Amino acid sequence: MTPAWAKVLIPIVLIAIGAVLVWAFSLAALEGGDRLALIALERVPESGVSNPITSVLLNFRAYDTLLEVAVLLTALLGIWSLGPAAPAFQPASPILGGMIAWVVPLLILSTGYMLWAGGHAPGGAFQAGALLGAAGVTLALGGDASAGLPGETRLRFLSVLGVLVFTAVGVILMALGYGFLTYPEGYAKWLIIFIETAATLSIGVTLAAAYLGGEPRDERTSRSAT
Amino acid sequence: MITQFLYGGSGILLFLLGTWSFIVHPPLIRKLIAINVMGAGVFHTLVALAYRGLTAPADPVPHALVLTGIVVAVSATALALAFGQRLDRDHGSSADDD
Amino acid sequence: MSELLLLFDLLLTVTLLVLATAAIMSREPRRAVILYIAFGLLLALVWARLRAPDLALAEAAIGAGLSGALMLAAARRATAAKRQHASQPGTKGETS
Repeated sequence: MTPAWAKVLIPIVLIAIGAVLVWAFSLAALEGGDRLALIALERVPESGVSNPITSVLLNFRAYDTLLEVAVLLTALLGIWSLGPAAPAFQPASPILGGMIAWVVPLLILSTGYMLWAGGHAPGGAFQAGALLGAAGVTLALGGDASAGLPGETRLRFLSVLGVLVFTAVGVILMALGYGFLTYPEGYAKWLIIFIETAATLSIGVTLAAAYLGGEPRDERTSRSAT
Repeated sequence: MITQFLYGGSGILLFLLGTWSFIVHPPLIRKLIAINVMGAGVFHTLVALAYRGLTAPADPVPHALVLTGIVVAVSATALALAFGQRLDRDHGSSADDD
Repeated sequence: MSELLLLFDLLLTVTLLVLATAAIMSREPRRAVILYIAFGLLLALVWARLRAPDLALAEAAIGAGLSGALMLAAARRATAAKRQHASQPGTKGETS
């Protein structure tokens, strides 16, 4: 347990840190300039998509997003290496089962919409991937031991698909004489959609597999744990 | 400007609350919630910093950073929970006792 | 108009901080997680007000939804393990 002196000292130190943070925040907020915002917003029309956030994520700072997808993959590999999954939930009652039969197709449909809408409206690969993952979580809550995920081989392939396609596009562009992930004019939109589709599949599969926890099991041997 | 400071200040408060809880409360699940609150505070401060009033469009660069951060936070949470589950399996539930 | 907006901002901020404190201070894991989910959803609402609809979507789906689902499952396991631990010490098992 925390000793008495720590109970007094910790809040004091935290308040001091807070004061420094507020000071730093006021410096940043009062400075007022447009910083990167103007440059980014100015060049959005050249990026192939009209949603500024998607253009920052998939064009101006595509490097960041590639590494982020890699972080997600690394976390999944970590989870898989920690041993088998917890036992599955009980099978759903008829009412919940009926609702799941309705909700899951709707979630998958909205995944597609969110992915496409990301180009010009709020949305994008991460939101779409989250919806796909939510479909898997819903299935898992209904008692599906595999959360609707495919067998081990395809699961492993799908989970690396995002990083694979992202890196492949970058390397191919490099080989063609453009920079790494510097899209040639006119192709930006389709390359972004292509990368986003692969990333969405990967993110959805990764999130659903992370919810299940445990290393992937072959379909034939699944449910042996219960 | 006052909106920025209101929301930015609350973001910093959230961060401090999360840090305090992370240090003081021993159960793993409470520490995890505390880390998530800390993260939410940081994101909230960044969003407040990107806000440019109701008429001007917000700064998209911090928004992209926050989007990245949200996804990294959830993967860290999932990994931490898997570690916690493994600890429970190996050592009983002692790691979760108050 | 701007006074009304400020009042709305204040209301949102205070609710946000109260929910975060409640989530942090709650001793029971399940209760804490549910309060955290409520906090995440309110945070999404605040970000929609701060002109960040993309982030609001992501926070509602990922931050509140998936993190919440993950932590609820963990809280359920923790409660079950504690109950089993209390009734018959020395066994390690999972109940579903």
